Amino acid sequence: MSAAQLIGDWQALVVLFVAGVIPNQIWRMLGLWFGGGIDEGSELLVWVRAVATAILAGVIAQIVVQPPGALASVPDGLRYGAVAAGLVVFLLARRSIFAGVVAGEVFMLVGQWWLG
Amino acid sequence: MALPPLDSPQWQSPWRAFAWGLRSITQTILTLVLFATYLGIGALAHDTHFSLLWALCSTLFVWAGPAQIILITTLGSGATIIQSAIAVTVSAIRLFPMVVSVLPLMRTPTTKRRELFFAAHLTAVTLWVECHRFLPLVPRERRIAFVNGLGFGLVSVCLTANTIGYFLAANLTQTLGAAILLLTPLSFLFSTARNSREVADVVALTLGILLYPLAAKMNSGLDILISGVVAGTIAYGVHWWREVRA
Repeated sequence: MSAAQLIGDWQALVVLFVAGVIPNQIWRMLGLWFGGGIDEGSELLVWVRAVATAILAGVIAQIVVQPPGALASVPDGLRYGAVAAGLVVFLLARRSIFAGVVAGEVFMLVGQWWLG
Repeated sequence: MALPPLDSPQWQSPWRAFAWGLRSITQTILTLVLFATYLGIGALAHDTHFSLLWALCSTLFVWAGPAQIILITTLGSGATIIQSAIAVTVSAIRLFPMVVSVLPLMRTPTTKRRELFFAAHLTAVTLWVECHRFLPLVPRERRIAFVNGLGFGLVSVCLTANTIGYFLAANLTQTLGAAILLLTPLSFLFSTARNSREVADVVALTLGILLYPLAAKMNSGLDILISGVVAGTIAYGVHWWREVRA
């Protein structure tokens, strides 16, 4: 593995701070400074939480629908099937995250092996 | 492993409390889920052409799985810095109510704000859930030390997982590399579903997934923001409608 892969360039680290660290950290620090007076059940926070959940859902969908790197080598149907299989097992196993993840992974690996 | 009783001399030293926090990472399945998620993030960073140092810095300084994945996937698919920053900051708003609700659990009348800095930084879904579980078993004046220990342990696990995931993605066959990348959406989907207690949460999660492919067709570069705001607002509408009827 090369130095470029291990360390990379400093511009990428600047982008990390500008696009990642600061926009993320600002909310924690606001919570630390102004935390006392906010009502946790306020309507605004309910909306914010719903939007944040939906954005995370969009990211999950993006990785499955427009997969990065090696995941792109898995056929569309198999990726969707793996998520669906994991979801069914997750629900059957009384919401066990572990069982759902294992089931999805096994489905994909067996499918890949089956398809050759 | 059980924590010592509240009046035990074990709690007299803050370092002991830190060590108990550190050891508590072995007491939760969420540690394993985090490990799998960060294995996936390491692999994702590799396949999206970020350096290992970059991936480790993102874990250390961002310390929020969803924000890290949003950052990597948006930058990796050609979004501008501003577009990525907006998507990250919207995903991070949820940290605000978490910090607001978790810090009072460790505050004493004499606690200074700077003593809570690391606890605030370490706050993310996993720590938030575990604080509500563990802190009632910890004497109040030792809770900050305990949380710092717990957070330090979880960050260490994730940095290790990032490194392993990065090297695995570089060296594994394509199929196994794909399996590691698949860990991320699976673990996030199920941990979010598990945390969804209200109907609004379930609607936000389901619609967020279903609307994303539609938003992606618009090719605006803000796909995730658009689908997220629309799905989240509909979910809020469902919540509001149920409140009004109740």
